[in-house]
Amino acid sequence: MTISTVKSAFWKGIRDSAPFILVAGPFGLLFGVLAAEAGLNVAEAFAFSLAVFAGSAQFTALQLMQEHTPTVIVLISALAVNLRVAMYSASLTPYLGDAPLWQRACAAYLTVDQAYALSMVEFERRDDWGTRERMAYFFGTNGLVAPFWMAATVTGALVGASIPESLGLDFVLPIAFLAMIGPMLRTPAHVVACFTACAVALPAALLPYNLGLIVAGLAGMMAGAQAELWLAQRAAPQAETTHK
Amino acid sequence: MNGTDTTFDTTTLWIVIAGLAIGSYALRFAFIGLVGNRAMPDWLMRHLRYTAVAVIPALVAPLVVWPAPTAGEPSLIHFTAAALTFGVATLTRNVLLAMASGACCLWGLMYLLG
Repeated sequence: MTISTVKSAFWKGIRDSAPFILVAGPFGLLFGVLAAEAGLNVAEAFAFSLAVFAGSAQFTALQLMQEHTPTVIVLISALAVNLRVAMYSASLTPYLGDAPLWQRACAAYLTVDQAYALSMVEFERRDDWGTRERMAYFFGTNGLVAPFWMAATVTGALVGASIPESLGLDFVLPIAFLAMIGPMLRTPAHVVACFTACAVALPAALLPYNLGLIVAGLAGMMAGAQAELWLAQRAAPQAETTHK
Repeated sequence: MNGTDTTFDTTTLWIVIAGLAIGSYALRFAFIGLVGNRAMPDWLMRHLRYTAVAVIPALVAPLVVWPAPTAGEPSLIHFTAAALTFGVATLTRNVLLAMASGACCLWGLMYLLG
């Protein structure tokens, strides 16, 4: 394709993101159901998804609020889970930084996993695209997924209250988190971070106010960063020529 | 059902929603809106890469060892379902398949043993 219009970039974003409604749908539904179980009404669950728009942070906050964690710790923990969007924002900046402020402000709200992952692949491939096509594509990747996520939350919240407690739904959240961890273990350093955090989290669970989560999270991050440095040093003789 | 019968008050809920909304937006806007193309220090990026993969396991490990549905008593059913979910997620990298396996395992074992 030699002539890319802004419109076709938007529609390409819509098409490329379509498979992700299979992820956003069930997760939105689950959030709605668990929010209802936790005592949120439909409007509160919807406001949560609309205002925060970050699945894993929402699940984290929901879990911690049910454990009567102090609000400050809830906020710190949920935002820590969401720190990756700051990295997304940083790596999108070279591609979208020239757009008008209002567009960047909208793009910031829509910076989520699938929009970032799809866009980075596409932006690197398409050197014929300008900022306008890139921004259109980025919005396209959310055109279907974002409304789907909101609608699924509302649906979940509507049915959630009628699901019997005997189903053991309060263990579905740990299962959802465990399922999310699998694909994150991309490198040995990620594995080190994951297992260090687990090992520290168990004894640290004795700390008051769920502070153990923050202690264990920091320990995992430091272990991951150190492992990355160490592995890079070990690989340095071979990598020297390509990465310097 | 230890985990769900105690609800939090509405004020707390709205503080959390508002705080997360502002905080998440600030994280997303920080770079694309304000920092521009300035590079981040390497050591910071290196730590940020591991936030999610450290915080989520740290959250989930105590929930698996001391599950809420048994009021914190270690439980073979919950541990098995958790291990299966993690195993499937790691091997297949498929979040939905892993969740479905874990949920089926949990409900299957609850039906058989519970």
